[in-house]
Amino acid sequence: MTVQREIDFRDALREAMSEEMRRDKRVFLMGEEVAEYNGAYKVSRGMLEEFGPQRVIDTPISESGFAGLCIGAAMTGLRPVVEFMSWSFSLVAADPILNNAPKMLYMSGGQFGCPIVFRGNDGAGGQLGSTHSWCVEALYANVPGLKMAIPSDPYDAKGLLKTAIRDDNPVFFLESERLLSVKGPVPEAEYTIPFGQALVRRRGTDATIVSFGRPVHFCLEAAEELAKEGIDCEVIDGRTIRPLDIDTIVESVRRTSRCVVVDQSWPFASIGSEIAAQVHQRCFDDLDNHVHRVHTDDVPTPYAWELEQAYLPNARKICEAVRSVTYRQ
Amino acid sequence: MTRTLPVSDAGSTRPNAVPAKAGTSRRGLAEQLPAETLVGWLRDMMLIREFEVRTMQAYQDKKIGGFCHVYIGQEAVAVGCTAAAAPTDPMVTAYRDHGHALARGMDPRHCMAEMFGRIGGCAKGKGGSMHMFDKAHHLYGGHGIVGAQTPLGAGLAFATKYWDEVVNGGRSRSVTLCFLGDGALNQGAFHEAMNLAGLMNLPVIYVVENNGYSMGTAIGRGTTMAHDLSVKAAAYGIEAVVVDGMDVLAVYDGMKPLVDWCREECRPAFVDMRTYRYKGHSMSDPRKYRTRDEEERFESEDPIDRLVGHLERRKALDKESLAELNRDVKQQVRDSVKWAEASPPPPIEELFTDVYVDEWGPYRGTSLPEMLREDAGDAGSGKQ
Repeated sequence: MTVQREIDFRDALREAMSEEMRRDKRVFLMGEEVAEYNGAYKVSRGMLEEFGPQRVIDTPISESGFAGLCIGAAMTGLRPVVEFMSWSFSLVAADPILNNAPKMLYMSGGQFGCPIVFRGNDGAGGQLGSTHSWCVEALYANVPGLKMAIPSDPYDAKGLLKTAIRDDNPVFFLESERLLSVKGPVPEAEYTIPFGQALVRRRGTDATIVSFGRPVHFCLEAAEELAKEGIDCEVIDGRTIRPLDIDTIVESVRRTSRCVVVDQSWPFASIGSEIAAQVHQRCFDDLDNHVHRVHTDDVPTPYAWELEQAYLPNARKICEAVRSVTYRQ
Repeated sequence: MTRTLPVSDAGSTRPNAVPAKAGTSRRGLAEQLPAETLVGWLRDMMLIREFEVRTMQAYQDKKIGGFCHVYIGQEAVAVGCTAAAAPTDPMVTAYRDHGHALARGMDPRHCMAEMFGRIGGCAKGKGGSMHMFDKAHHLYGGHGIVGAQTPLGAGLAFATKYWDEVVNGGRSRSVTLCFLGDGALNQGAFHEAMNLAGLMNLPVIYVVENNGYSMGTAIGRGTTMAHDLSVKAAAYGIEAVVVDGMDVLAVYDGMKPLVDWCREECRPAFVDMRTYRYKGHSMSDPRKYRTRDEEERFESEDPIDRLVGHLERRKALDKESLAELNRDVKQQVRDSVKWAEASPPPPIEELFTDVYVDEWGPYRGTSLPEMLREDAGDAGSGKQ
């Protein structure tokens, strides 16, 4: 019997980048502290040593500059991986990442694509306060021309990142600082995970819970709790937001007739509201209740630990939503 | 006793980007070129001028929509810089980009058709006046946001170096020309790009087409040290030169040694290219912020007239051949307008192509514009 190897989320990310850099010289990594410091969160530890300073490149704190630089490089067919220490810092690079990368192919009439990956930590949870706790998925997923992946475990982190690097389009890859030390089984053999294929993390019959990234763990926690009350939840991990695997969600909701969307963005004009709209459209006659949504609360991210925990789309809120959608309260 | 200020050991006082002496302007360089070469430049400049005149007419006739910025007065810059660079050196510019596209060799038909929003346009009518791209001629756009092209320019230089050194294992051998207006000098993106170019030794030349106005704001009202822009470059360890952009010979004399130096040394440079736009910022600008006297003063230094004068003095051009050039250029531009008018609007299916490279959901993959397809011909130009 072979024992399945377990590694950290951060190691899975590094393996994905290193493997892709070994197989394709066009791939390089650029960002703040990625080289000599070994990565602000140690994701790129050891990569400078293996690939040298021409391919693992430190930048000054200059997101607009190096994001734009890498977009220019991608126009020539190189495949940059840009690390944002936090997606919160991508806001100062909004013009290049939103106005250039996703629109270049269209505006040039098919002449210049932009095969680039932007990756980094997304979301709250470490008492970082409002400016450093951004969930950018709702903001950025609105823009056509980009793809967006948001893994929740090491296996997906590696498989999705390898797919992102091989993709010919700009990919926004959203990680979570709170997940970097989470361990999980990751095979040594090569694999990739296609975009647009959601994963059913837990089978159930009473309600479908849909989520992405870190909140998937809150959903699984809530599902265990609800099982004790006799409510059997199905948990779907969307894995990618663009493309969105709405078919898997719809198939599940048609069986359970109830749907709760759990999304770490703010509620207004969010991923959650988008999925709710699509589920209502596709499952109108199948639904036993309207789609319920759980989000971070509609306030700036607070610093105090108790407030921050209360603000997140946590298991308590998910349990309440599921009880409500199944008329159990 | 003077006290030394505290510094870290990590090199905060160690210079990391001292400008090496860039190739200085060599007067008379252009004059040594064969007369036919200079006549070629004259034709290119006349073509841009005539093209822009017809562009303005077409805009007034509402055949061109959106924002439209013409290049009249600045022709010597694009033509002289193009001549000083190799045809494969990447070029990227801002939204006043028709001149660069034509100087680089884009067929005026595709340039005009793009502004007409037709399928025969360089970007199939999806980009418009401000977004001229030409992969075959290494023109990486036309970019509409002021200063946005400056990090892209650094990236193109990074890429040529990376392709040459890392992928192909040789020596860096390209220079990127990144054009910007003086209005872009105050954008953060420009300063970040200059810092990165200086830090990473990127072979990129930032050519500031300093026409004195960012829209209606005179340079001195919006830019510190406007009388000496070289200090901006000095802050990033980048060599700067000032060039007379109203004289194509001076542009070549200034740019050629600089391009050679950048290629050889693999270092960035900065050019304060003094020029003037005769027309408004865009088609809707009545130019109330400047005097007609000032305009006339610059127009009396017209770059086309100056090159004609030079060629006449060299007896390389007579009145008859000048008239012939004129007729020829007018005919070419008239044809481009006709061609653009005959080219159909993009079919509705084009709405969902070129969003993503691959096909998924409503998206239909991507395809090259007619301009770049091998079987180009006149397929997209409708009946002629």
